[in-house]
Amino acid sequence: MIDKRVATALEAVAGIHDGATVLVGGFGESGVPTVLLEALVQQGATDLTIVANNAGTAERGIAALLRAGRVRRMISSYPRSRGSVWFERRYAEGSIELEVVPQGTLTERIRAAGAGIPAFFTPTAVGTAMAEGKEMREFGGRPYLLEYALPGDVALIRARRADRWGNLTYHSVARNYAPTMAAAAALTIAETEEPVAELGGLGPEEIITPGIYVDRVVHTGAALAWDGEGPR
Amino acid sequence: MTAPALLPYGVTPWTMTEVAAHVAADLPDGAHVNIGIGLPTLVPALLPPGREVVLHSENGMLGMGPPPEPGTADPELIDAGKNLVTLLPGGSYFSHAEAFAMIRGGHIDVSVMGAFQVSQNGDLANWSIPGDKAPAVGGAMDLAAGARRVVVITRHTASSGAPKLVAACTLPLTARGVVGRVYTDLATLDVLGGRFRVAAAAPGLTPAVLVKLTGGEVDWPDTQR
Repeated sequence: MIDKRVATALEAVAGIHDGATVLVGGFGESGVPTVLLEALVQQGATDLTIVANNAGTAERGIAALLRAGRVRRMISSYPRSRGSVWFERRYAEGSIELEVVPQGTLTERIRAAGAGIPAFFTPTAVGTAMAEGKEMREFGGRPYLLEYALPGDVALIRARRADRWGNLTYHSVARNYAPTMAAAAALTIAETEEPVAELGGLGPEEIITPGIYVDRVVHTGAALAWDGEGPR
Repeated sequence: MTAPALLPYGVTPWTMTEVAAHVAADLPDGAHVNIGIGLPTLVPALLPPGREVVLHSENGMLGMGPPPEPGTADPELIDAGKNLVTLLPGGSYFSHAEAFAMIRGGHIDVSVMGAFQVSQNGDLANWSIPGDKAPAVGGAMDLAAGARRVVVITRHTASSGAPKLVAACTLPLTARGVVGRVYTDLATLDVLGGRFRVAAAAPGLTPAVLVKLTGGEVDWPDTQR
């Protein structure tokens, strides 16, 4: 019998090793798997490479890993953003490496990894400083840059609903990177907003991420902390 | 928003809300449009009545609506600038990967962006300035390279008084040769044949003043004076 449910977030992050590349879903605070990230701080894995759009806000999410000194390298599109105090501190003191990637290139590199495409050509960033040192080739008279797939050892994502096969649905734009990251990691772990459903509880036309990509699901109930006025 | 005083030159600059209305007036009915962070966010509220424009947000939505009424916000439902928004009837959600495939695939009709500098051959610099605490690029390079048309809304000069419309950008580029039109508080200018060409001018603007406040080559056709 297939049963991907685990009881606690700490069980869900068991086995993530030092030096792992961890793909983390979320855009701003939308869709960040905050409970899994807190569990990862507790679990203790260090020397991590974190791949995520942003680099955490205040003390939450990726910021908690940065604060605890567990991150060696960030691969991110917009690490400096509202409230990214721990990222800015670690970057200023030189204790983390940083690779900044255009957002569409970042997400496509992850997509490629999950789809068995080792590299691809993109028009993005041609003629900019970000093209330096990259192979360029013309197709139809237009220049493109070679970019490489970016797989993860682990993906941490947040879903709205799941079933025991690991099929997932999402909450509005909290979906963002999650379906793409789910396919691109050797071990994909999803925290869910709603209790894990019986098989058939998620309609086949409703499922966004098929369970084939997902290894563990844990119901955390954690929607974004919210005080009625704005995110806390 | 108040425009900087340019009264010594006898010009009455448009307010940035007026400039945003110029951008909105030019968005075609039925267009799929991405609205950038900053001044571009003024544009959607100023669309002429009956003009149906579908807003794209690169974090994964089409049919983005205005900010929510107080007390009705969904905290997860944000735009690319991380502001709370709503979804209109007919709107849809999709992954980030699909949002950017849409951009690079040429499905976005217009990208409205802010700028630090635009050059006379359409180069755009809008992601990095000296003294940034750390680099951050976001989706600007993808939108600039992928949208079918890129238009810029900006003040004509920087707060220092330096021209933002220049012969050649000195700041790090977002993309080369992509900007089609620039809307400023002094003029609307097309980027054509390696020069800025005036399509509309603020009250009192003269060619001499425009040249003084613009770094690049400017054409001002008689029909626009």
